[in-house]
Amino acid sequence: MKCGVVIFPGSNCDRDLIEVLKDTTGSPVTELWHRDTDLQGCTHIFLPGGFSYGDYLRSGAIAKLSPVMQSVISHAANGGFVFGICNGFQILCESGLLPGALLRNTSMKFSSKNVFLKPGNLHTAVTEGMAAETVLKVPIAHGEGRYYADETTLAHLEQNGQVVFRYCSENGTLSDDANPNGSLNHIAGICNSGFNVFGMMPHPERCAMEYLHNTNGRAVFQAIVHSALTTV
Amino acid sequence: MQAAVATVDQARQLGLLEEEYQKICEILGREPNFTELSVFSVMWSEHCSYKNSITWLKTLPREGSRMLAAAGEENAGLVDIGDGLACCFKIESHNHPSAIEPYQGAATGVGGINRDIFSMGARPIAQLNSLRFGNIDTDRTKWLVKGVVKGIGDYGNAFGIPTVGGEVYFDDCYEQNNLVNAMSVGIVPVGKQISAGAGPAGNPVYIFGSATGKDGIHGAAFASKDMSEDSISDLPSVQVGDPFWEKLILEASMELIETGAVVGMQDMGAAGITCSTSEMSAKTGVGMDVWLDKVPMRQADMKAWELLLSESQERMLVVIQKGMESVAEQVFQKWELTYEQIAVVTDTGRVRYFMNGVLEGDIPAESLVLGGGAPVYKREWETPSYFAEIEKFQLDAIADINPAEARVAALKLSAEPNIASKRWIYEQYDSMVGTVNQSTNVPSDAAVVAIKGTNRSLALTVDCNARYVFADPDKGCQIAVAEASRNIRVTGGVPTGVTNCLNFGNPYNKEVYYQFKHAIDGMGKACRKFDTPVTGGNVSFYNQSTSGNAVYPTPTIGMVGIIEKPEHRMSLHFKNAGDLIYLVGKTRNDLGSSQYLAKLKGVEYSPCPYFDLEEEYNVQMAVYNAITNGMLQSAHDISEGGLFIAALESAMAGKLGFDLCTESGLRLDAALFGESQSRVMVTVSPASQLALESHLQQAGVAYTHIGTVASAGVVVNGESWGNTDEFAHGYNTSIGNRMNQ
Repeated sequence: MKCGVVIFPGSNCDRDLIEVLKDTTGSPVTELWHRDTDLQGCTHIFLPGGFSYGDYLRSGAIAKLSPVMQSVISHAANGGFVFGICNGFQILCESGLLPGALLRNTSMKFSSKNVFLKPGNLHTAVTEGMAAETVLKVPIAHGEGRYYADETTLAHLEQNGQVVFRYCSENGTLSDDANPNGSLNHIAGICNSGFNVFGMMPHPERCAMEYLHNTNGRAVFQAIVHSALTTV
Repeated sequence: MQAAVATVDQARQLGLLEEEYQKICEILGREPNFTELSVFSVMWSEHCSYKNSITWLKTLPREGSRMLAAAGEENAGLVDIGDGLACCFKIESHNHPSAIEPYQGAATGVGGINRDIFSMGARPIAQLNSLRFGNIDTDRTKWLVKGVVKGIGDYGNAFGIPTVGGEVYFDDCYEQNNLVNAMSVGIVPVGKQISAGAGPAGNPVYIFGSATGKDGIHGAAFASKDMSEDSISDLPSVQVGDPFWEKLILEASMELIETGAVVGMQDMGAAGITCSTSEMSAKTGVGMDVWLDKVPMRQADMKAWELLLSESQERMLVVIQKGMESVAEQVFQKWELTYEQIAVVTDTGRVRYFMNGVLEGDIPAESLVLGGGAPVYKREWETPSYFAEIEKFQLDAIADINPAEARVAALKLSAEPNIASKRWIYEQYDSMVGTVNQSTNVPSDAAVVAIKGTNRSLALTVDCNARYVFADPDKGCQIAVAEASRNIRVTGGVPTGVTNCLNFGNPYNKEVYYQFKHAIDGMGKACRKFDTPVTGGNVSFYNQSTSGNAVYPTPTIGMVGIIEKPEHRMSLHFKNAGDLIYLVGKTRNDLGSSQYLAKLKGVEYSPCPYFDLEEEYNVQMAVYNAITNGMLQSAHDISEGGLFIAALESAMAGKLGFDLCTESGLRLDAALFGESQSRVMVTVSPASQLALESHLQQAGVAYTHIGTVASAGVVVNGESWGNTDEFAHGYNTSIGNRMNQ
């Protein structure tokens, strides 16, 4: 397992993600600059949160055209692991690596707070080891996080088990009150049909260290490490 | 030299006094041309020169063993925080721009303060802000709140530095002239900080970041005059921000510093190229030859004075070690920034501005800057006439309340915008990016931010109850400092340094000047007592309504403290039902300037609460020592809304309730809602009760066992008031509901 974190101009969660990946994998993490096309042998590619290229057009719309993304798209096509968080998720949707789109929150406001998540499928590289009743407290911080897909796509996602996380209440129930942005089917994270490309709006890297008094997000990184060990 | 001579009339139009025009002629040995006059007008504006405030600012304690930069000498304050690290911090106002264009005004305020931090080589890690608005129920205020909050959010969120704390007040005096004070805090290894100097002659000087346009011309002058109905015509003086560029400039600056190529760096804020070139030159006692035509421009037809005065955002001036030009240029190219060498350091001591080979201005650098030739005034003051109204106040004229009325008042007070949760506002700010915010999951009076690479933390706060300062500028400002220090102490931190943002009315108004002078006196006394030197900050005069009434004197205190060990860190939420609630400090029959009196009883004029620095200090130290000795379960400062609101906040955060018994011999309203100063509400487990009492006795501070933490109910003097949730509803939804109406 060799982790690489892509850095776009405007990425601002890259350092946080690198710190957590180093801590959970015990290995160095490669920084991949947006203008490079060489993924330097990384097996696991991470797209961090932030405002790539300022996100003035539409979140992720410019990033998908960057040189590094052409390599990431090939990596994904070859079955390689790709994980996008927040802006990373938006970029994956814009790139077509994940279905659907992320629209403005129904509140029309940026929203930064802790929310609760439950796994939608226990057998993926980011949820392995979690239980059906697992509820994770994880922060969100986004203005465009409302997951949207057309009915057919949504039905496919549900049937195939591609919904990896849903927003829920503290005790695990699904409700509109517990859905912070109006996402369809309470979707907080999904994967592609090949189960190798993942995206989620909440930030597990912001709750993975003891000194932050919340380590719920660590389960996501532990799942990734564990599934990397078992699939190699 | 451009020949046309500028007149006294032009000087007046640019905001200069006739005597100042004469002084300029003396300095130059001739009459200035228009470009030179423009340069003097911005550098000698209140905003850049501190001409009406510096005399008093110099009386503040500005030295301390931890200080690494002399107060006001650099772009921001710098204190040693141990482990080879320094904390760089500053607060700055962006009031006038935010009053006419709230979104851009607030956004560029955030951008400017962060540039001050990273121009010193420190990577910003946390931001705070202090906001003042008028009545939340007016359409104008809602427009301002929405714009300011979105401006701060959009800029800070994209820039990627968490907003970890702040304060927001709503009072009528801010209706036309809202206040936006932004603070940024960064970390730099000791010895790696960058100075705003220029080094020896021959060093190349680069501008990098955005291109220069006509936006923000005369912004500094705009900040230095009264807000009026005509202020909307100053709209072109408001700058436009771009957080994406700022982020690139931050990363480029950090990389540039790593290369060792940087001699000095300064951001371009007020007065743009003029200010940065003259201040950097004066600091080192050198000069600069500046070729204005080389400045990357957004439009083709810019004149010399426009280039000099433009306040286009996201620009930096950096002096590079001669011979390392290509190293620097590689960094600019990597980050795809606009850059150009626009000047060279000279040994003339003069800033000389050229345009297409023509000398447009030639001025001794020293003559332009604070501490150099910039004028210094001591204005006259007189006791404000409204003090007579305050003296008329008689507590006995206000009837005390019975228990049933007290419950109703408690419900109302907990939904008052100045007391209610500000979550509608702060949830629009990314508070967790950077993974340093240790308060997200464990709330405390001061925001706690991890110092990465160590096991220590910073405790950060901004405070100013301006209603107190209005009632008594000296005592009120002492209280502002004391509350900041108290917030840090009850969080387990040691107060270390202060940055201040002094928001006042027109300094030529003698009553305003009285407020200013006496507030500074009070600040000095308190900062000495708490051993928190003032490391720098900013003065914002001319804050007033269209009718000429000044805003409340609002000397916002930004304070930085250090939490030495993780086990010292204290939180404010109740922990266990059955823990005992103690009030440390003395409650007086005092309703002075309380939110209860102002908002529920409609009393505008009442005295500042009783305050004694010695008593305050003893309470803070007694609580701090109880915390570091592991005696306490929680600690929460008692401020707006009094004891009841403090208990409610601790109960809500801990999802618990409380059973309170007010002290005998006090009015019920004063006991529950009075804002007697120097008080902290703490909880202790029954097992530690005796140890705590004995500790407090030894410390010689007053204390009262006033109640017990309950599971969910609120009980006051034996009477059930319902559940915490009933009070929490108004507290949590009041501001959001009002904003959405």
